[in-house]
Amino acid sequence: MSLLEIENLSLDIGGTPILKDVDLSIAAGEVMGLVGESGSGKSMTALAVMRLLPQAARASGRILFDGADLLAATEDRMNALRGDDIGMVFQEPMTALNPLKTIGEQVAEGIRWHTGANRTDAEAQARRMLDRVGLPAERFPLTRYPHELSGGQRQRVVIAIACALKPKLLIADEPTTALDVVLQAQILELLRDLVDENRMGLLLISHDLAVVTEMADRITILRGGEVMEAGDTAQTLSAQEHPYTRQLAQASMHVPERPKRSPPSPLRGGPIGEADRGGGRGDVLDSPRTEHSGPLLSVQNITRDYPGHRTSLFHKPPPTRAVDDVSFSLGEGQSVALVGRSGCGKSTLARMILALDEPTSGSIAFRGETITGRDQASLRSARRDMQVVFQDPYGSFDPRRTVEWLVAEPLHLLDRKPGKTERRELVSQALHEVGLKPADMHKYPHEFSGGQRQRISIARAIITRPKLVVADEPVSALDVSIRAQVLDLFADLNQKLGVAYLFITHDLTVARAITDDVMVMHEGRIVEAGRTAEILSHPQSDAAKALVDAAPDLHRAIAKRMQEQG
Amino acid sequence: MSDHAVGLPEKGFIAKAFSNRSFVAGFVITALVAAMALLSFVWTPYDVTKLVVADRMQPPSAEHLFGTDQFGRDVLSMIMVGARNSLAVALVAVCIGVGIGVPLGCWAAARGGIVDGALMRFNDIVFAFPALLSAIMITAILGPGAINAIVAIGIFNIPVFARIARAGALAIWPREFILAARAAGKGPALITIEHILPNIANLLLVQVSIQFALGILAEAGLSYLGLGAQPPMPSWGRMLFDAQTRMAVAPYLAIVPGMAIVITVLGLNLIGDGIADTLDPKLRRQR
Repeated sequence: MSLLEIENLSLDIGGTPILKDVDLSIAAGEVMGLVGESGSGKSMTALAVMRLLPQAARASGRILFDGADLLAATEDRMNALRGDDIGMVFQEPMTALNPLKTIGEQVAEGIRWHTGANRTDAEAQARRMLDRVGLPAERFPLTRYPHELSGGQRQRVVIAIACALKPKLLIADEPTTALDVVLQAQILELLRDLVDENRMGLLLISHDLAVVTEMADRITILRGGEVMEAGDTAQTLSAQEHPYTRQLAQASMHVPERPKRSPPSPLRGGPIGEADRGGGRGDVLDSPRTEHSGPLLSVQNITRDYPGHRTSLFHKPPPTRAVDDVSFSLGEGQSVALVGRSGCGKSTLARMILALDEPTSGSIAFRGETITGRDQASLRSARRDMQVVFQDPYGSFDPRRTVEWLVAEPLHLLDRKPGKTERRELVSQALHEVGLKPADMHKYPHEFSGGQRQRISIARAIITRPKLVVADEPVSALDVSIRAQVLDLFADLNQKLGVAYLFITHDLTVARAITDDVMVMHEGRIVEAGRTAEILSHPQSDAAKALVDAAPDLHRAIAKRMQEQG
Repeated sequence: MSDHAVGLPEKGFIAKAFSNRSFVAGFVITALVAAMALLSFVWTPYDVTKLVVADRMQPPSAEHLFGTDQFGRDVLSMIMVGARNSLAVALVAVCIGVGIGVPLGCWAAARGGIVDGALMRFNDIVFAFPALLSAIMITAILGPGAINAIVAIGIFNIPVFARIARAGALAIWPREFILAARAAGKGPALITIEHILPNIANLLLVQVSIQFALGILAEAGLSYLGLGAQPPMPSWGRMLFDAQTRMAVAPYLAIVPGMAIVITVLGLNLIGDGIADTLDPKLRRQR
């Protein structure tokens, strides 16, 4: 008999149907992948199992856990189950922990509550659990606070809390979405080991088909609250019988069409001359000069220090070096990816290039003009040719302004301010170029979906016809099919407008999709640079290898599954 | 969710506020008080400066709705004219607080570093003085009167608004749309006007309603001590003071201005509550 059996689960919230006749089952020791785009009802399914639905929600159907119907269970019974027999791991490790309690207290809390163990025993058990999830006692004593840990470490604490009492079922709702690929691989491996050790059932919820394929024995594909297809992972994904499954799979592997550039890349790597960090650079050394004035962007020996945390009144702390002696250059119309793990200094570098932050030392030249150490007024003409697209499609717009106002904001940089009608024309043209309707300009940002907002963000970036667009993780917050569309748009604009891109990402598939060249950044330095395809297939440095190995890849995952099953 | 627009256009803030019960109640009360104050400019039942000794200490009746005081003046008329004074003092004092405090707070948030430190320490110093006592001191030095009461109350509104504006602005500054505005070449002053202020306006609005209510109380307190509006100009605080020796004979003389203060403050606090609820969607859903 299955551990968890969901039968005909339907759910509506305040009259809006969310789930329709969802069936799903998980056996002990089995990993079930639940895949779908945002709004498909994945998280609601998980919350229904936990009975943590919003108050206005009405659920019908049956959720059998160990033979008992959870929908009919009393609240006391649910409290006994939650955290004991059913554990849950949330998406956002930054907010899933109480910032005022030590990690030891938070892990021990559940143990004490459910088993009635005394403090000493519970803490001993918490210690063992933290050791198990990879937070050894020497470096991570129980007295650490969440803010002292990185995102990946916090997610390990969350997993320790969820698994402390060896639950029969673990629900992981997008457990790795907020992490970079290397951390993602580590966390997934940890989850898989825990499943094997304790014969747990795991309900893995993700929008990333590749992740689910690597992990899950069986998968369920959800769309608009309905199960589209369910079955054995390898079979379902290799056959791709259902059109929606095919659509999802294709979107995950999507590569925008773009003309191949024949000349060798004008990209020049940073301080990689030393033998120990070498590799992948020989063919990209010397750039053919573009017609006029050399490279579009040239970064020379840039370093950025942040003051360290003061620990004593009299001792000045050593500074933290976020970007360390980075040099590279970028030609007109060239598309380059800057790839690295979170916290490696990519975003700091981007901000310095955009003249939003001053380097501690080194210089940046844009179109041959130095832009470091200049006052704001004299940067206007450089800013006009250099725009930015941010990661978060929700945070990058002032919620109180209309789309017209927001898209027109960079027009502030023009020497001659356009009149009202002219401004409106420019905005509607920019919106048209990114595939939105000119009528959309009177709406507010919250009226758009994530993908549309990212289009608005791009419209804002191209309205001044810049030569360079710096995009900081522009698609990592988007669903796969929308991600594919936005990547297509980037590729398309690259051709039409001849704009150069600096793409900052931790996701190698994005780098592969739209860039000619890639630079790999690690701990503030560029450790490898060269043609994208080359580096992705033959990484030389450890940092690049780690990124390539950890990147989820649907082809590879399916192939591996098929092989395992013979 | 597919790639097309989600949700309906959000209702305007004002429209939402008017569907909030406490906001509507507060708005109605405050509007009535304000209407009464405005009406007093053109019409009062009796002249408040005319003393009719024969009618002194009349209990409430059809002729004098709230009775008359020890000089035979009509209490209702005095309340109406007093409302003018109370509202004006509190309003101007709040304007002083907003007009000076908000720019200071925004400046501190935009500049950071030494400017921020210095401004906020200065703020702390002002906060360290007990507000009403200092207001008494100021009016004692400058001499009593409505204008000086305004100044005294206004000064203590400045740090309150500076602090709120700074806290609100600091939460907005690290957001990505500010970075986008900076990438569009906008300087701190323009960003503050175009992005920061509209985003902290609601926060400030709540505080305005609270400080307005506190201003009315402070004005009443100063008048009670004889440091506010001077006779023959009636004021709620002075009416309370005059009533206190006659509590046993004519309790209505104390009750009426007391209720006027309570009701006005209540109205303003309800408005503040309403705005706060409207702002916080989580709170709103719980209602």
